[in-house]
Amino acid sequence: MRRSVLVVALLALFLPKLGAAESGPNLYLQHCVSCHGRGGAGVPPGGKNFGPPLQGVGAQAADFYLTTGYMPLQEADQEPVRKSSPFSEDEIRSLVEYIGSFGGPRVPQPDPERGSAGEGLRLFTENCAGCHQVAAQGGLVVGGTAPSLADSTPTQIAEAVRVGPYLMPRFTTKQLDERQVDSIIRYVQVAQDPDDRGGWGLGHLGPIPEGLVAWLLAGGALVGVAVLIGARAP
Amino acid sequence: MRRLGRWVVAAVVLLLGRGQRPRELPPPEPVVGGAAPAPKAELLVIGLLILSAAFAVAFVVVYAGGADTQLLGLALGLCFALLAVASVVTAFRLAPPEEAEEPYPEPSHPTEIAEVEQIVVESGRHLTRGKLLGLAAGGAGTALGLALLAPVASLGPVFDTSRLRREPWRRGVRLVDAEGRVLRAEDIELDTLHTAFPEGADPENLASPIVVVRLEPVRLDLPPDRSNWAPAGILAYSKICTHAGCAVSLYRAPHYEPTRPRPALVCPCHYSTFDPATGGTVIFGPAGRPLPQLPLAVGPEGELIALGGFSGAVGPSWSGVRE
Repeated sequence: MRRSVLVVALLALFLPKLGAAESGPNLYLQHCVSCHGRGGAGVPPGGKNFGPPLQGVGAQAADFYLTTGYMPLQEADQEPVRKSSPFSEDEIRSLVEYIGSFGGPRVPQPDPERGSAGEGLRLFTENCAGCHQVAAQGGLVVGGTAPSLADSTPTQIAEAVRVGPYLMPRFTTKQLDERQVDSIIRYVQVAQDPDDRGGWGLGHLGPIPEGLVAWLLAGGALVGVAVLIGARAP
Repeated sequence: MRRLGRWVVAAVVLLLGRGQRPRELPPPEPVVGGAAPAPKAELLVIGLLILSAAFAVAFVVVYAGGADTQLLGLALGLCFALLAVASVVTAFRLAPPEEAEEPYPEPSHPTEIAEVEQIVVESGRHLTRGKLLGLAAGGAGTALGLALLAPVASLGPVFDTSRLRREPWRRGVRLVDAEGRVLRAEDIELDTLHTAFPEGADPENLASPIVVVRLEPVRLDLPPDRSNWAPAGILAYSKICTHAGCAVSLYRAPHYEPTRPRPALVCPCHYSTFDPATGGTVIFGPAGRPLPQLPLAVGPEGELIALGGFSGAVGPSWSGVRE
């Protein structure tokens, strides 16, 4: 008796969720169609709601934009920023599957264990650090911002490299092959959780704050020495 | 007229008095209490000064031999540190102690000035190696001065500036990537940024690196004399920013153009922003002139080749560079 009550209570907890988990096409019609059009055909600019076509972008781009919370946007001309997605994981999965059915690349399967952090640092410096900074903490581009990669997952990084979201250029497999992307992800993982020798990262902002602190400390020491040698004889 | 006369008299007196020693005065009463000579401290100071001079010379040598910045800092830092130690030892061990209740008055009267001079002379009287000490101090000062002046050589060639204008790009040179692979027109896709170098040339040369992007041909708005510089919308520009010489490594490639600023090449140092569609003109930031464009063509096997040299001088702007 008691067990059946428990089961009913558990069901009562989960049932509303099960009921809310809608199919991809339904979610698309509720949340995406006003800007991206029916069947991912896109809506040309002119009115309040407009957006690019989704045919051919594939599950790769859909997964990136949905798991990072870039989509849905409140206004069509906003800059998308990382936020927690209003969709549950299941909802994202079914939406990605539906948008992927319009055609296009699949969700990549990166394996950072295959990459080398050293090569990743070199590639990151050459290709990514101009905007994201070598510490992967993000920066500015004229007309937009480059986000911090502190919360990026390996899959999201692999997707962003190929998709080139917002103002980012994209990278073809000829520019960066999959193993090189693995190395970049491996490096970003190191940068996300850096090994701060000395225990004081100073925000990983690089030599300028480090130099500033060095000057302050050295300046204090110099003043101390000056006071010491300048003391009057008793 | 009277003034001129006074000048003449003064000049004659000076001429006649030239070379005559001032009359000997009886030695004045000593002012500074006799300090005991300290030859060991003197030797120490002399040694410190010579070492300091040696490190200043080491700075010049390191600078001339490739300038490892950490070694440079070490040499200059040790030079200053030894000078400081020498000054401290001098102050404590060589300069005679003197107690003054009040600061010296401004020396205005000739006798007061003479007294100060006397104090200085007497303070040095107990030095046993005064000359050597002076030489060492002078040597350290000269060496330090040389060390501080040496980096002027980094400001660039003074007499022959033509090597700043030498560039490896000429008609028919193929574009290769950082690994030396030949770049083909089909490799350059929309929204991608490629860095390329001239085949077989020194990639370290300032004029070697270029950025290659592709825009849709309809959106190109190049000057009329460059109409055939961008085959299929593929454009090449020097990668060196015309402002301060950083690498233009940012490509603002809008994913969806109606809501985003148009494509632009951006320098990460000071955010100079260049428009690739209009021939590299500056649309934002401190750069004073456009990015030099390299005319491109597609070779018989689809490879990208240069059609000639850049449209302007590569690198940061300096005296005489306006284009």
